[in-house]
Amino acid sequence: MFDWLFRYANPARFMGLTTTLLPWLSGAAVLALAAGLYLGFSAPPDYQQGRTVLILFIHVPAAIMSTMVYGCIVVASLFSLVNRHILADVAARTAAPLGAIFTLLALATGSLWGRPMWGVWWVWGDARLTSTLVQFFLYLGYIALWGAIEDETRAARICAVLALVGAVNIPIIKYSVEWWATLHQGESIMSGKLAGVFLTPWLVMMLFYVLLFVCLWLVRIRTMILERRIRSLMQGAS
Amino acid sequence: MNFDMSPYGAFIWPAYGLSALLLGSFTLWTIARWRAAKAKLASLEQK
Repeated sequence: MFDWLFRYANPARFMGLTTTLLPWLSGAAVLALAAGLYLGFSAPPDYQQGRTVLILFIHVPAAIMSTMVYGCIVVASLFSLVNRHILADVAARTAAPLGAIFTLLALATGSLWGRPMWGVWWVWGDARLTSTLVQFFLYLGYIALWGAIEDETRAARICAVLALVGAVNIPIIKYSVEWWATLHQGESIMSGKLAGVFLTPWLVMMLFYVLLFVCLWLVRIRTMILERRIRSLMQGAS
Repeated sequence: MNFDMSPYGAFIWPAYGLSALLLGSFTLWTIARWRAAKAKLASLEQK
C-alpha cells in the first residue's frame, strides 16, 4: 500500500525529488504571502472586531499548523515504529521545532487578539488556550527528549512513543470549544460563518503557512540527511 | 490597502511583527544550516 512512499523515502531519491520541488514550492509560498498580505490589508474592518480581524489571517493558520504539524509527527512516528525507516525518524524530528514555532505564534497572536476583544491577555480556565499551551510544552518535551538521548535509534523509539501518547491532545484542542464553555470563540471557518471578504485572504494566508511549512520541513530533512552523512564520514576517517 | 489600524494598532502590528520575526529568522537559520552542512560535506568529500 505504501510502496510508492517508500520508493521516495530512499534518501538519494528524496534528495533528487526535493531538489526539483523546492524552487517551485518556495516560489509559490512567496506569491501566496504577497497575495495574502495584499488581500488581508485590503479587507474592510469587521463590524464587531474592527481591524483586529487582521489577526485572524495569521493566528488561525498558525493554530491549525500547530496541530497539523503534530499530526505529521504522529504519522512519521507510526512509520518509524512499524517500518523502522530512518527517513521517518528524521521527518518526525525535523518537524518538531516548526510545530513549536507555530504553536508559540498561535499563543502569542491569540493573546494579542484576546486583549482588545476579551479584555484579558490570558485565561487559565479556558480549555482551548490551556490545551494549546500543553501542545507547546509537548513540542518542547519532544525536542528535549531527542537531544537528551545519545543513541539515535533508541531516541527515535522513545520519541515516537511520546508523540503517539501526546496525540491525545489533538482532539482535545479541536473540540475544546464544543466540550467546554470557553471564552475562545467556536469554530467559524469550516462552519461557513466567516464572510467571503475575510475567507479569501484567510485561505491564501493558510496556503502560505502550509507551503512555508513544507519548504522548511523539506530543507530541514535534507540538512539532517547531509549531517548524518558528515558524521559517518568523520567516524570513518577517525 | 489600508494601514490605518486605529484604535488597535498596538495589538495588530506586534502580532504581525512577531510572526514575521519568528518565521523569518527560523527560515534564515534553516537556510544557513543547510548551506553549512552542504559546504562541510563538500570539503570532507574533497579530502
